[in-house]
Amino acid sequence: MISEKRTKIEKSKKRSEQIAFGIFRAMSILVVGILFFILGFIVVKGISVISWDFITKMPEDGMTKGGIYPAIIGTFCLIGGSILFSFPIGVMSGIYINEYATNGKLVRFIRLMTNNLAGIPSIVFGLFGMSLFVNTLGFGDSIIAGSLTLGLMTLPVVIRTTEEALKSVDNSFRHGSYALGASKLQTIRRVTLPIAYPNIITGLILSIGRVSGETAPILFTVAAYFLPKLPHSIFDQVMALPYHLYVLATSGTNIEESRPMAYGTALVLIMIVLILNLLANALRRYFSKKVKMN
Amino acid sequence: MAKIETLDANLFYGDFHALKNISMQMEENTVTALIGPSGCGKSTYLRLFNRMNDLIDSTRITGQILVDGEDIYRKNINVDELRIKVGMVFQKPNPFPKSIFENVAYGLRVNGEKNKSYIEDKVVQSLKQSALWNEVSDKLTKSAFELSGGQQQRLCIARALAISPSVILMDEPASALDPLSTAKIEELIHELKKEYTIVIVTHNMQQASRVSDYTAFFYLGELVEYGQTVEIFTKPKLKHTENYITGRFG
Amino acid sequence: MPKPFYKKLFEKIIEGILALSGSITSLAVLLIVIFLFKEGLGLFNRSPISEGYVLAVNKSNPISKIDANLVKQIFDQEITNWEKVGGKKDSIILFHLDDINSIYTEAQIGENLENLPTCISNVVDSIGGIVAFVPKSYIKSDFKGKVIEPVNITPKEFLLGKEWYPTAEPSAQMGILPILLGTLWVSLGAILLSLPLGLAVAIYMAEIANARVRNIFKPIIELLAGIPSVIYGFFGLVVIVPLIQTVFNLPVGETALAGSIILAIMALPTIITIAEDSLRTTPRSMKEASLALGASRWQTIYRIVIPYSISGITAAAILGIGRAIGETMAVLMVTGNAAVMPHSFLEPVRTIPATIAAELGESPKDGLHYQALFILGSILFIMTLIINLTVEYISSRNKLGKR
Ligand SMILES: Nc1ncnc2c1ncn2[C@@H]1O[C@H](COP(=O)(O)OP(=O)(O)O)[C@@H](O)[C@H]1O
Ligand SMILES: [Mg+2]
Repeated sequence: MISEKRTKIEKSKKRSEQIAFGIFRAMSILVVGILFFILGFIVVKGISVISWDFITKMPEDGMTKGGIYPAIIGTFCLIGGSILFSFPIGVMSGIYINEYATNGKLVRFIRLMTNNLAGIPSIVFGLFGMSLFVNTLGFGDSIIAGSLTLGLMTLPVVIRTTEEALKSVDNSFRHGSYALGASKLQTIRRVTLPIAYPNIITGLILSIGRVSGETAPILFTVAAYFLPKLPHSIFDQVMALPYHLYVLATSGTNIEESRPMAYGTALVLIMIVLILNLLANALRRYFSKKVKMN
Repeated sequence: MAKIETLDANLFYGDFHALKNISMQMEENTVTALIGPSGCGKSTYLRLFNRMNDLIDSTRITGQILVDGEDIYRKNINVDELRIKVGMVFQKPNPFPKSIFENVAYGLRVNGEKNKSYIEDKVVQSLKQSALWNEVSDKLTKSAFELSGGQQQRLCIARALAISPSVILMDEPASALDPLSTAKIEELIHELKKEYTIVIVTHNMQQASRVSDYTAFFYLGELVEYGQTVEIFTKPKLKHTENYITGRFG
Repeated sequence: MPKPFYKKLFEKIIEGILALSGSITSLAVLLIVIFLFKEGLGLFNRSPISEGYVLAVNKSNPISKIDANLVKQIFDQEITNWEKVGGKKDSIILFHLDDINSIYTEAQIGENLENLPTCISNVVDSIGGIVAFVPKSYIKSDFKGKVIEPVNITPKEFLLGKEWYPTAEPSAQMGILPILLGTLWVSLGAILLSLPLGLAVAIYMAEIANARVRNIFKPIIELLAGIPSVIYGFFGLVVIVPLIQTVFNLPVGETALAGSIILAIMALPTIITIAEDSLRTTPRSMKEASLALGASRWQTIYRIVIPYSISGITAAAILGIGRAIGETMAVLMVTGNAAVMPHSFLEPVRTIPATIAAELGESPKDGLHYQALFILGSILFIMTLIINLTVEYISSRNKLGKR
């Protein structure tokens, strides 16, 4: 090949690489920019609304004044209720899949079903929860109906997290334990789970983030449009932050006047998700450091 | 002028000093074997010549490497062009998931060759050179994965030859192959020596003695001994080298 | 020694409990299928005529069945002659219960409406072209007209009908085609926007950016995935909707486009994560071989890395669509929710999830409307199931192929 031609080719290779990489970089920055814009927008608009009263008072004046206390409490009730259901069952399920199930076909089938469950849209969970928990089992619109629906929805996340965490435990630990005469269950309880639990915890925290923000599953199972009091039992309805934001944004009595409340609610909701995220990341880092030191 | 000249080269992976003050020369149309225990830096050294180490974050290189008298680590050198001049064959056969023909044509295509008949000629010529033509002439459009391991490795050699390099680097090219395929590759190296300068890493002493003109013995990142293969294998200057090549070595 | 026996038993029991938990997801999927269909399937055994009402015609009228769509056209006076629906040439005269007062006096009807059935019977008998929409309870055994047999809603009508007026009288219109198309439009629009963007980011993170940049981007993408959909919806409502309204100079900004943009942002994390993972499966040796032949990094990416991971990229795109199809709140808040056949991205549309979310609260349990919404839910479920199974198939075939 003639060298002049080569130089030209190399130049055009270089140029197309620069253009392509430039585009990719720009697009990546755009995506990150979008996130910061959304977060920034909500923070800027919402920060002035947030006050002690805002998070500890009942809504007033057709939800254009006052606070969002019952919605915050409601969301925490739903978080609590759903993890009470999904954590134990999900973790047990993960243990079964990774430690007990030996039949490859069975495992594959369970995984397939878990993936399918994970792919079902949240509104379908809402329909299902309404049909089973609210109507058939007669719970009515209640914390228990909403929690079970949300719990079911987060199950796949919990199961997968547990599975991944257990899978990353080196087999030599298990064998070491067996060699000392420990049974399978003892090995899981005293060796495998303690090693895996940092990763499990991290995953669980992220799943809480998901529960706190879901709206569609609670629309017809628990969420109250306006209910300025706290629940007394698990069979009571509650307000919830995401649904409250939806109401404020689209169907309040006076949408214009309740805008600030909506910004405030959005910010509180984002703060919860953000804190959970940071917590999970911090834990991940903390645990990985600890492992390194050992 | 030596084909490849190394002047006081050092390489660090982060804090790890992987190559220490290496200086040596390789002549045109010779085969140089790099030997030494696993982890002593043979591959690292070989990959200096086509700047493959650049791909690894946190490597730092000092000293000079000259190919045809040109410092290949100088500022505005075109690395792609260097890699056309200095071809490479890897330890495990790594054909692309493309047809046999496209594998060999790949280097031409990415380097802007559009002339169809030129590409065809070049592919056939390279396959012949790598002694693969007779086995694949009737299935050029088949996937390269359908070939046996030894054939795949010769395909990778053909792929390297197609862009007309003048240096060929081989990193344990036969280590993943059966004895028969290994013999074929060694035969091939003999043929290729006439036109190319070859640097080959091997952990097989017999192979080194069979195929190479010069041998360099590496240990813990240092070049311990370097000289004509016959010399190294019959009367090594250092006890260390002797222990290694006679297999009395940990 | 009894102890080992108890210990064994205990272990067995625990294993049983664990196995039971292991089956929970399969059980859940099964239950969801059962309950969705149980609530919905009754729809196709029912007539779309409002509950408790009937349509009656004159005895001389040869028509004995009219389907939902024709009923609507008749009562909207788009069809005014019986000839059009296969009857005699006679103009159609509509009769609602209220009209009785203009024919009979209150005295004639009776204080407790005791004569109402007879009055209705007489009216239907005396007017040849009449079609009366009256409560069933007023049709007695001596009724002199003819009650039209109800035509049940058919799956075909349901799927291909272009009108969605689930509470219309006298006959509900249960055509979900506009809703189906609305869902597809918004989702396809979303994937068209987010696939190039998501792929670009995935390529950047997998192949171009150095470790430091990657370590910054990764958690940000995760965070993007963690933001609740109602927040995206709210953001879309207050920022994107007004923006679209001004930019395109529209009467309303709530459009398919707004939905697609928001969904595109929401689908990004899914696409990026899966595509990046699959780009990373390209063997290093293959990339090195390409570079060693003088290919530039970019050539290596588009000639080797992308073709190698194309099935993973496909999976990413499909899952992205799946995520968009099923998304509820954000879409509900920004698309305007008009159940009309979509014509352009700058008009309001309505999706399946949004329809369910907006209407289920107002539909009486076990009514027609309620059942129709559950059928919609079932359709949504089936769509996402197909998507999941497709992805599963692609990735399992892929694992086999690369072994
Ligand atoms: N990417 C890398 N990062 C850090 N250390 C490396 C890397 N590659 C190789 N090394 C280290 O450098 C030394 C030399 O490696 P290598 O050149 O592959 O040895 P050889 O080919 O002689 O077996 C080894 O100790 C190895 O652990
Ligand atoms: Mg090596």
